[in-house]
Amino acid sequence: MIEFDGVRKTYRVRGQETLALEVERLTIERGEVFGIVGHSGAGKSTLLRLINLLERPSQGRVVVEGEDVTRLAPAQLRAFRRRIGMIFQHFNLLSSKTVAENVAFPLRIAGTESKAAIAARVEELLALVGLSEHAGKYPAQLSGGQKQRVGIARALACRPSILLSDEATSALDPQTTRSVLQLLSDINRRLGLTIVLVTHEMDAVRRVCDRVAVMDGGRVVETGPVSEVFLHPRHPTTREFVLESEHVDTSEFLENLRKAAGRVVRLTFKGEATYRPLLGEVVRRFGVDFSILAGRIDHIKNVPYGQLTLSLVGGDVEEALQALAGAGVDVEVLR
Amino acid sequence: MTQWLVNVDWLEIGRACWDTLVMVGVSLFFAVLLGLPLGIALFLTGKRQLLEQPIVYAVLSFVVNLLRSVPFVILLIVMIPVTVVLVGTSLGVPGAIPPLVVGGAPLFARLVETALREVDRGIVEATQAMGATVPQIVFGALLPEALPGILAGVTVTSITLVSYAAMSGVIGGGGLGDLAIRFGYQRFQTDVMVITVALLVVLVQLLQMLGDRLVLRFSRR
Repeated sequence: MIEFDGVRKTYRVRGQETLALEVERLTIERGEVFGIVGHSGAGKSTLLRLINLLERPSQGRVVVEGEDVTRLAPAQLRAFRRRIGMIFQHFNLLSSKTVAENVAFPLRIAGTESKAAIAARVEELLALVGLSEHAGKYPAQLSGGQKQRVGIARALACRPSILLSDEATSALDPQTTRSVLQLLSDINRRLGLTIVLVTHEMDAVRRVCDRVAVMDGGRVVETGPVSEVFLHPRHPTTREFVLESEHVDTSEFLENLRKAAGRVVRLTFKGEATYRPLLGEVVRRFGVDFSILAGRIDHIKNVPYGQLTLSLVGGDVEEALQALAGAGVDVEVLR
Repeated sequence: MTQWLVNVDWLEIGRACWDTLVMVGVSLFFAVLLGLPLGIALFLTGKRQLLEQPIVYAVLSFVVNLLRSVPFVILLIVMIPVTVVLVGTSLGVPGAIPPLVVGGAPLFARLVETALREVDRGIVEATQAMGATVPQIVFGALLPEALPGILAGVTVTSITLVSYAAMSGVIGGGGLGDLAIRFGYQRFQTDVMVITVALLVVLVQLLQMLGDRLVLRFSRR
């Protein structure tokens, strides 16, 4: 479990104190995949670096697995850092070392295992990330996705209980991003590892995260389960992110809403309800006509969902909406 | 043509070549030995680095700049008393080596500092995140990553030492430079002058080629 408690990070810029980050309270549970989203400069990478103290808070406590990390002595801090793996946007592999040597590096630094044990562990890790046949290559000979897999293997070398991911998929193409996210998801499930994932892509959050914090201007503006935050965003920044991830042009969407006739509602189907022919049944029963203004059917982690924005005309609209709500559909009246 | 090369004593040239190689080789060894830790210290104590120490950095930097700003001919002369204490003489091949080391080490230290700064900060961060100590970061990550740059620095330093070694002829240092001054310049034996200079040109070309090969050999980017 990771807890932030009254954490502030300030920088001195030309003699002036500027506040970079302020997090009153934030808890990340053991074993979950926790997403931190925000635009660049929102403070999400700083927040991540507070966990392994690559950045030191100016105020407040960061408690990881019961230990206040800001109070650790240098040697304790180094031992603590070995229990946390980290992967980076630009991989940060050593170009002078082979893939196998890169993965072995944290084990050599820890200095607790024999050469033979290290070699065996490296082999096991490379098999886990599917790079066994590339052990002798140098990072420059690998593709971006392969490099990040090496980064993941390296981060897992010392059997950490927490994995920090700093924009790990931002330099990758969409297909590679998906496969790397899939790998992270597998690792989370198989090893029970807590993953903290910083990203500016809502799509990455939707695919793998259990809970998410949305950051803006150095503050956490919204947190909650991904399905909750995704389907019912409250803060303007969150709404913006969700719309962006759905490739909706915000202004065009609002224009459509304005022009639409009748009652405008947003229906959210989750889980089983997604596949039932609820909407057809209800509109026929109450004689309501509808036109679809926007819609999406997808998955959040492994849960299917559908979200439709409709304008409803004629018939008994109120009754129809009540019937839908009664059948487990989430109904929001937009106008 | 034979008429023209009448002053050239090939045996003497051979010995002078050997002397130059010894001077450059030995002084390069010590310049690297002293310059490498100095360069690492400059890097680590520099602004926003692992062991940021503004005062230590300022002092080291000042000393390095001071030594690098003194013209080598002056350094040769100023160093004479120190040289006598260190190697027992200020003449010949041994007498030239201490000033060569003092001239070469600060240059190499700066080149090491620059090469280390070229290493991506992300690599330092990643290594820190693994729980590495500063020596582990330096020897495990920074130096291997900066190796091509450091080898290029060795090449530049060795070539500078060739020209410095030639200059040491002024104080009776021995080698090709000594030959060029005593015979080529003072006795107006132009042919000796031309031959020695040509040999120095060849030596520099060879060193650069060797250096480039080594850099390429260790570049994995």
